[in-house]
Amino acid sequence: MTKGKSTFIPLWQMHSYESEAEKEGPMMQEQAPSSSCRIGVYVCHCGLNIAAAVDCEAVAESAAGLPGVTVSRHDGYLCSEPGQNLIKKDIKEQGLDRVVVASCSPRLHEPTFRQCISEAGLNPYLLEMANLREQCSWVHSHDRPAATLKAKDLVRSAVARARRLDACAELEVLITRSTLVIGGGVAGIQAALDLADSGYKVVLVEKEPSIGGIMARLDKTFPTMDCSI
Amino acid sequence: MTDAGRHPNITLLSLSEVKKVTGYVGAFHVHVLKKARYVKEGECTACGDCTKECPVVIPDEFNMGLSSRRAIYSPFPQAVPSAYVVDINHCLGHNPLICGKCIQKCEKHCIDFNMSDEELEFDVGTIVVATGTDIYDPTALDEYGYTRFENVVTSIEFERLVNAGGPTKGEVVRLTDKQPPKSVAFIQCVGSRSQKRGQPYCSNICCMNTIKSTLALKEHYPDIEIKVFYIDIRAFGKGFEDLFRRSKGMGVRYIRGLPGSIKEDAKTRDLILTVENTEINKLDTHRADMVVLAVGLQPPENMTTVQEMLTLQRTSDGFFLEAHPKLQPVDSATRGIFFAGCAEGPKDIRESVTQASASAARAMRLMNPGRLKVESITAEVNPELCSSCGICAKVCPYSAISVDTRAKTPAKVTTAACAGCGTCAAECPSDAIEMHHFTDGQIEAQIDAILEEDPAGRIVVFACNWCSYAGADFAGVSRLQYPPNSRLIRTMCSGRVSEKFVWRAFEKGAPVVLVSGCHIGDCHYINANHWTEKRLNKMWKKMEKLGLRKERLGLEWISAAEGVRFQEVMTRMERLRQTVTLEEITDTQRILREKKKPEHE
Repeated sequence: MTKGKSTFIPLWQMHSYESEAEKEGPMMQEQAPSSSCRIGVYVCHCGLNIAAAVDCEAVAESAAGLPGVTVSRHDGYLCSEPGQNLIKKDIKEQGLDRVVVASCSPRLHEPTFRQCISEAGLNPYLLEMANLREQCSWVHSHDRPAATLKAKDLVRSAVARARRLDACAELEVLITRSTLVIGGGVAGIQAALDLADSGYKVVLVEKEPSIGGIMARLDKTFPTMDCSI
Repeated sequence: MTDAGRHPNITLLSLSEVKKVTGYVGAFHVHVLKKARYVKEGECTACGDCTKECPVVIPDEFNMGLSSRRAIYSPFPQAVPSAYVVDINHCLGHNPLICGKCIQKCEKHCIDFNMSDEELEFDVGTIVVATGTDIYDPTALDEYGYTRFENVVTSIEFERLVNAGGPTKGEVVRLTDKQPPKSVAFIQCVGSRSQKRGQPYCSNICCMNTIKSTLALKEHYPDIEIKVFYIDIRAFGKGFEDLFRRSKGMGVRYIRGLPGSIKEDAKTRDLILTVENTEINKLDTHRADMVVLAVGLQPPENMTTVQEMLTLQRTSDGFFLEAHPKLQPVDSATRGIFFAGCAEGPKDIRESVTQASASAARAMRLMNPGRLKVESITAEVNPELCSSCGICAKVCPYSAISVDTRAKTPAKVTTAACAGCGTCAAECPSDAIEMHHFTDGQIEAQIDAILEEDPAGRIVVFACNWCSYAGADFAGVSRLQYPPNSRLIRTMCSGRVSEKFVWRAFEKGAPVVLVSGCHIGDCHYINANHWTEKRLNKMWKKMEKLGLRKERLGLEWISAAEGVRFQEVMTRMERLRQTVTLEEITDTQRILREKKKPEHE
């Protein structure tokens, strides 16, 4: 279990978390012991967005000394293709089983890096992010020492969490191929028509006796100066 | 419009409102209330015989009250569905039937006063919110005299006057003498771009709408004198500058400066505008037969209903908040819900159509594979530890946990229904619930790591993914600076923040702990944050009993749009931290150590 590859189950083979758990049994537990993990830490400069206020090299250095960390690097743009390739290469060559990316908000790039590590054979849930941009460099722009200290803390916290991360299997649900459109103005009508023309069922709900909204009240419309209906 | 009415894939429900939405992406269950039309939709041929018989005459809202209609009517000639409708609030009475003249007149017998409101239910995979906008009511701007002078009209009233289907059949007339005006003045930014009255934002459409109206007027009446009073002319779209130039070329005068007041000449009913021309700093008076107020757009009043039903968020301007202003401009933060048109902010027809097509494409992208992967952040019960107390089932906002408290069988989670808020795990007294990807062990490891060095200088902040963490991100995007002592721990919901996390933080020497989440009523997990509030109340009482300062445990509701509020809270928390002495921290640690496991008291 040094390489994460053995824990990766392609998503298309998974039907539900429960059935997978039954089949695989101890899959969830296998990753749990934290003493033996091999974590890769990647500190992103985001150009100058992070590097202007945070000493990224120092953050990467301090992370290198944390328990469980195998490699710790810093890079200009981790979300770029070369940046992602760096992570993938390390996963394969260094046998990483968990990845910490210290960059922007997970609300922005968590899907990117989950995809990245899963392409290298790791379960996407073995990723943890530290938010050094939105919650550090951008909000403490004028205090480099304090921002760097905070960045180190955030990375330490992310690594601590990463040591305890488990591989998780995603649940697949069936999706109803129909859409509710609330409002029958020009936007609602257009959305409904696009969906309906593509073969999806649409329920278009309008509170007035007729669809049309404000658009129906207009005479000519700019920039073409033709009628609205 | 007619395409939408007859499309085999579209179920068009007019006079209808969405009452309730349950479920999640891929499997929403929708309740719609369809109000009675009292005219059979499929059978009415819109011949109009009924209308002629109806004795009730009331102002026609479609024409902004500039004409009248009957109680049985068609909203406008191109209406979809074309069937007539009975305005039951103004009809003389259907139960018992008082007048009934329309019924006698209808040859096809499609008027049915026995119709009643219907409650309909649908299963859908995605939702497009296209709830539109309201038009600003200029009554409050008294200096323009909208309520006092009849010849002052709004741009939407003017739109009806110039419309061939409108009350004057497209003949623009003054309302006082029904004569075509010889001079018209347009006033821009009415209800927009003002920090004091109306809305602070630019309504986007009014400049171009006015330019369009000047062209329409000049085409109808080449000799008419037109003046436009403005702050800036924003003609930024494709082909817009061209129209602006054409308007100027046709002799329309554009004067920079908004009128300070409008007076009426009592005799002629003409209007006299006092305006400072800000290009030459000169105070002028202008006469006009008619004044058109270019009114802005504002969020509709009933937006809160939709917002609460779908747990959406709104920006400070009152319109819906998108998941990301640049990269996901039509997605809401809730997966499977999209925005189209003015619901997300003021926009013109072209932009509305573009956004509508984008949201349709986004919805199709989600639905096309037929299957959908959902995050595996779900709860799992360890049956060996479960005491079958039933608390988890009680707190679960989704009723995803079942437990038989009498038979003492362990609780069971229906994984597909679990949304992953983690409230059950936080409330479980036996630690029997594991919240995947947000386990106790993972969160405790984060707390320990944050407080490993100089804990007295750190503030532990628990932030929920959807609102307060997003609010912190928004503060970042807005470059709002705040003290650097806070350390955030992300949970999906504030409901996940268990008592023991807080006690642990204090035990490890935290001076201040903050729990933050979505505003009550905005929770992404229906009402899970109610349990956060209850839990915190309980903890404050315990802290008082233990002799700890309860302010050191904060609870704040911060929405995704409230970056400024996040900044304020962080500044406040830092001030609070500075009041906590090392002595107080060691005292707290001693008290908590003595009181072993206070969370199980």
